Amino acid sequence: MSELIHLHYDVDGEDFVSCGHASEDVRRTLKSIGISGEVIRKVSIAMYEGEINMVIHADGGVADVSICEDGIVVTLSDTGKGIADIDQAMQEGFSTATDEIRELGFGAGMGLPNMKKYSDSMDIKSEVGKGTVVTLKFNL
Amino acid sequence: MTVRQIAEILDAEILCCEELADSVNIHSACGSDMMSDVLAYVKDQGMLLTGLVNPQVVRTAEMMDMCCVAFVRGKRPDAAIIQLAQSKNIILLTTQERMYPACGKLYKAGLDAGKPI
Ligand SMILES: Nc1ncnc2c1ncn2[C@@H]1O[C@H](COP(=O)(O)OP(=O)(O)OP(=O)(O)O)[C@@H](O)[C@H]1O
Ligand SMILES: [Mg+2]
Repeated sequence: MSELIHLHYDVDGEDFVSCGHASEDVRRTLKSIGISGEVIRKVSIAMYEGEINMVIHADGGVADVSICEDGIVVTLSDTGKGIADIDQAMQEGFSTATDEIRELGFGAGMGLPNMKKYSDSMDIKSEVGKGTVVTLKFNL
Repeated sequence: MTVRQIAEILDAEILCCEELADSVNIHSACGSDMMSDVLAYVKDQGMLLTGLVNPQVVRTAEMMDMCCVAFVRGKRPDAAIIQLAQSKNIILLTTQERMYPACGKLYKAGLDAGKPI
């Protein structure tokens, strides 16, 4: 599976206002190369949830998107605090978000389950104190 | 229902993309202050009503393919948020109505809640 396009973004962990830039750009790119609306929506929602998580739960990080003939792979890596119990974090409604985050409209504990729902496969690797890498795959 | 009709029902001010208000048709809507819930539960709703004001409201609407956001309780987004919506062709409205009556009026006028996912 040869890569057609590779996109790389720095996600600034201090900047809630700009958070979502990477997902916006990926959306634009997918549109411009004629990917179906259905796939664009799935990728946008899942990646945006991941980007928000990197800002509200970690200290930002990097996002890489690889577009191939038969699929799209989104990798979100941060060097934040990590997730101690991934199974628990994957449960709908589980959140460690503070009231401050809830006031910004996030922190319902729905992001990770939603990323799983919209992607064709999802993998999380995390180490407490080191960081988290979430890999999302979408079939084309 | 066109966005223009929606704006009339809510007695709302159109903050940007007014040129689209007569051509964009909305069939269903949702109301929430939690963007997490919008991202998780919404499907095919063309419009969001919210009391939350920050740029992520516009980005959430974009990711969900929504074409209109109405801010309730007289909330007003700043120039940067309006510009962000403008660049995405998302129509922004602001109404003095509170969330419940705003949703109720639109529902009564025929705007439904869409299909559950
Ligand atoms: N990148 C990350 N780094 C550290 N912890 C994370 C990260 N992503 C998720 N988590 C942890 O997993 C929990 C669940 O994440 P999830 O995205 O499902 O919900 P949330 O972000 O709390 O709320 P929502 O996504 O509904 O706004 C978070 O509350 C947080 O404790
Ligand atoms: Mg989240």
